[in-house]
Amino acid sequence: MTTYASPIGSSLKRVDGPGKISGLEKYAADYYPDNFLWAGAKRSDHPHALIKEIDISPVRNLPGIFAVLTHEDIKGANRVGVPEMDQPVLADRKVRYKGDPVVLVLAENKTVLQEAIDKIVIKYEPLPAVFDPEAALAENAPLLHENRNDKNLLLGGRVVRGNSIAAMSECDAVAEADFQLPWQEHAYLETEAGVARVDEEGILAIIASTQTPWRDRNELAYALGWPLDKIRVIAPYLGGGFGGKDGITVQGLLGLAALHSGGRPVKMWNSREESFLSSTKRHPGRVHYELGCKKDGTLYAMNCRIVLDTGAYASLGGPVLALAMEHAAGVYRIPHALIEGFSVYTNNPVGGAFRGFGAPQVLAGLEQMMDILADKIAWDPLAFRLKNAVMRGDETGAGVWMSNSTAIIPCLEKLQEHPLWTSRQAWVSQAPPFKLRGVGIAAGLQGTGYGPMVADIANAKIELLPDGRFRIYSGVADMGQGNNPTNVQIAAEVLGQTADCFELIQPDTLQTLPSGSSAASRTTYSYGNALKAAALQLKERILTRACNMGMGLYAEDFLLSSGRLNHLPSGREIPLGLVAASMRPEERVSIYSYTAPVNRYPDKINPDIRAAGFPHRVFAFACHLARVQIDELTGEVEISDYLAATDAGKVLNPQLYEQQVQGGAVQGMGYALWEDFKLDRGELMTRNLATYILPTSMDVPDILSIAVESVEESGPFGMKGIGEIVINLALPAIANGIARAVGQHIFKSPLTAEQLLLILEKRAAE
Amino acid sequence: MKIAFELNGIKQEIDYLPDRRVVDLLREELGYTGTKEACGSGECGACTILVDGVSKLSCLMLAAQLQGRSITTIEGMSPGKKLHPIQQAFVDKGAVQCGFCSPGMLMATVDLLQRNPAPDRQQIRAALSGNLCRCTGYQKIIDAVESAAAEMRDKL
Ligand code: FES
Ligand code: FES
Repeated sequence: MTTYASPIGSSLKRVDGPGKISGLEKYAADYYPDNFLWAGAKRSDHPHALIKEIDISPVRNLPGIFAVLTHEDIKGANRVGVPEMDQPVLADRKVRYKGDPVVLVLAENKTVLQEAIDKIVIKYEPLPAVFDPEAALAENAPLLHENRNDKNLLLGGRVVRGNSIAAMSECDAVAEADFQLPWQEHAYLETEAGVARVDEEGILAIIASTQTPWRDRNELAYALGWPLDKIRVIAPYLGGGFGGKDGITVQGLLGLAALHSGGRPVKMWNSREESFLSSTKRHPGRVHYELGCKKDGTLYAMNCRIVLDTGAYASLGGPVLALAMEHAAGVYRIPHALIEGFSVYTNNPVGGAFRGFGAPQVLAGLEQMMDILADKIAWDPLAFRLKNAVMRGDETGAGVWMSNSTAIIPCLEKLQEHPLWTSRQAWVSQAPPFKLRGVGIAAGLQGTGYGPMVADIANAKIELLPDGRFRIYSGVADMGQGNNPTNVQIAAEVLGQTADCFELIQPDTLQTLPSGSSAASRTTYSYGNALKAAALQLKERILTRACNMGMGLYAEDFLLSSGRLNHLPSGREIPLGLVAASMRPEERVSIYSYTAPVNRYPDKINPDIRAAGFPHRVFAFACHLARVQIDELTGEVEISDYLAATDAGKVLNPQLYEQQVQGGAVQGMGYALWEDFKLDRGELMTRNLATYILPTSMDVPDILSIAVESVEESGPFGMKGIGEIVINLALPAIANGIARAVGQHIFKSPLTAEQLLLILEKRAAE
Repeated sequence: MKIAFELNGIKQEIDYLPDRRVVDLLREELGYTGTKEACGSGECGACTILVDGVSKLSCLMLAAQLQGRSITTIEGMSPGKKLHPIQQAFVDKGAVQCGFCSPGMLMATVDLLQRNPAPDRQQIRAALSGNLCRCTGYQKIIDAVESAAAEMRDKL
C-alpha cells in the first residue's frame, strides 16, 4: 500500500522548478514561431499634443517592412482599460504622454523595424501639459480627456467617521507631516512580450505574458472589433508581473498586428527602455497626515489627504486610490477620521497596479506618523502600536470591520519578544566609528480579493485522466508566486495523491475557465477554494463509481492514494485507471465555481469609492523590523537585520511562504532606499537598469520570517493571501530606523544617500 | 560568414551575420531559449552563458567572437537525465520563483564554484551581484548555492 501523501503544510517542491531551471519552460518571450514578423511601435515624443499628420511614406516601401498601421486600421473602439476604457491601442486624435504608441510597424527583422520606426514622421501640435497632480486639479489646467465631467480627476472621495476636526483639538498630542512617495517600476525580468496569429478559422490566438487572460480577451474584442469567441489568450508562466501585467501591455498592439499580417505570426518583446517607458508604475503620491492621541496613548483623531498621480490613462488608478483610502488608518482603532482621496490624470506615464495596490503609499506615511506621535508622548513605539491595534470585531479608523481572522497583535508581540528588538539599545550603542545605527518598526495590513462590488469568482476544473492521473486546469496566471504549483498541493491533499500524479494546464481561455486576475493576494485564496471543492466533488464521484462497479459497498471503505483506490475491508488495490475507464469523459471532469465573501455593511463612503473596491473582508497582517546602519561619510544605508512577522493565515507551504516574505521585503527595500524613477516634464530620465537601481544580492540582508498562523475560516485550509502584505512595511520600518539614527524624519522617499548626507552635514555643522 | 564553435558539446558551423549578438543567435537562430534577455546592455545577468568555462554576458557578445570557442548554455548544464547538483539545489531550496533569472544565476554559479568550491555567503552574494532577481530577495538563491557547494565538495 502506498503511503498517504499529506502535502498541506509541507514544503512540497514547486512542480515548475525543473522546467524553469533547465531552460525548457517556455515563457511568452521564448516563442519564435515559423515565419514570424516582428512588431513594434513608434511612440510619441511629446507629453501632450494633437496629432496633425502621420507620414509613413518614407517607410512604406522599405525592404523588409510588411505593414505600417495607424489608428485608422483599427475596426473596434480602439480603447482598452478597466474599469475605465480610456487608453487607445494606437493614439488617434492626440497623444497624452511621452511614450503613447502612434504607429505600429510589422517587419521581417528587428533592424529594419527600428529603421522604419526612426524614419516615420509624425507632425504634432503641442498642447500645454501638466505633470503635477495638484496642478492638474486647478480650474484652468490642461485637460487630458476633454469630455469628462470631473475633468482631470479620475476618482475622488472621502471617508468620514465622527468629527476629526473637533476631535483633533481634544487631543493631548498631535503630529502632522506631508509625505512624498515616488514612482516604482515593476522591473520584472521578462519585459512585456507575446506572439499572436490569426488562423484559418479566424481565431486570433495570443500567447502573452499577462496576469489577466480573460479580461484581456474582453478588452481586445472591444478595442479591435474582433468577435470575442474568436479570440484566445494563453498565459504561460510569467517572468515576473507584480501588477505590471495586470491588464493589456502589448496584447492590443499584438492583436492588431496579427489582424494585418496576412496570417503570419507576429511577435513583440519590449526592450527594457520601452518597458520603462510604456508600462504602468506604482502611483507616486502625496500623503498628508495629521494624527492625534490622548496622553494615555489612545489614538483619537486622524486627518489624511491622499493625492495619487495616475498619469495619462486610468488603468487601475481608481481602485488603487480606493485601497489607499481603505488602508490609510492601518491596523488602528481611531474613532474620528477624515480620509480624502484624489486620483488625478497628468501627462506622465501611467500609474497602475503594483503589489500592495495603494497600501504601501499610505502605510509609509501612517507608520512614520505613529513613531513621531509616540515620541511626542514619550511612548515606546511598539507599545503605542499594541495599545491601538485592532482585534477581530473592531473597526479601523477607515471604518473597515475586522470581521475575519485578525492577528496583528500576536505579530506585534512576536516582535516585542524578539532579540532583534529587545537588544536594540545595546546594538545601537555599539555602532562602529563613523556609523549611526537605528532600529525601526512598522505594522500594517492588506486586503485579499476584489472588494464588495466586483465579484471575486474562480472557476476551477480538474480531470481524472484515463490513465488514472489528474489534470488541473489552472484558471489564474502564475507570475512566479507559485499559485499553480500550489494548486497541485491542494489537489494532492484532497485526492490523496503525490505531486507526480498531476499535470497542469496554464491559463488558456480555450481550455481553462475564467477565474479572474492574478492579483489582489487572491490567487491561491480564490482559486484554491474553487479547486478544493472541485477536487472533493471528483473524489466523491470516483468513490461512488467504485461502489457502482461492485468494488465495495460503501464509499467510506475506500482510501484514495497515489494512482489507486485501496478497499480497506478487503485489502484490495484498484488502479485509478480502471475506475477512470468506467467513467464517461464528462464524469471525469469536475468544475466548481467559487465566489469570495465580501463585507456589505452600510458604507460611510461615496459609491464611487465603494465601486472601486472599498472595503475588503479578509485581511493579512504583518509587522516588520529593520536595523539600519548609516555611513556618516557617504550617507549610505545598510540594512543589517530584517525581521518580518506575518499573519497570512495557515501556511500551506513554508518554502513558498518564505519566498513571498523575502522577495516582497526586498522589493520594499528597493522602494525605500534606491528605486528612484525619475521624470522631467514627462521625459523619462531613468531609462535602464544602470540608472534605475534595483537591489542586488550585495545590498540586502537575510530576512527572518515568523509566521503567525491565524486560521482564516474562509480560506482553503485556513490560508489567506500573502503576496502583497510582504511589501508594505519595508519603507516605513527603514524610515523609522533611519529617523532614530539621525534624529529626524525624511518625508520624501526613496531615502537616498544624497538626502541623508545633507542631513548629516547639517547636523555636523550644528 | 561561417562561424564554427561548440555548443553544449556539439560542434556547430553556421552562417550568421558576424555582428549579431550571441543572445540572438542562441535564441532566435538555434532555438536555445533557456538563455534569457532582460536588459540587453550588460546590467542584469539574465543572458549569462559559459564561454570556455567562464561566465560571459551573451547580450554583449557578437557572434563572430564565438569562433573556435566552446560554449555552454543552461540547456547543456546537465547533459544526462539527472539535474546538475546546482540545479537540484535551486529546486530543493526554493531558489526559483518566476525563474526568468534562474538560467543566468545558474551559469554564474557554475563559474563561481569552479573558482571557489567553498564560498561563504558573503562571497556568494558578491559573485552573484551582477545577476538581478526581482522575485526572491536572493536569500534562497544564496541558500541553494551554499548547499550545492557543500554537496559538490562531498562528492570530490
Ligand atoms: S540581458 Fe545581458 S546582461 Fe541583461
Ligand atoms: S525568480 Fe523571478 S527574477 Fe529571479
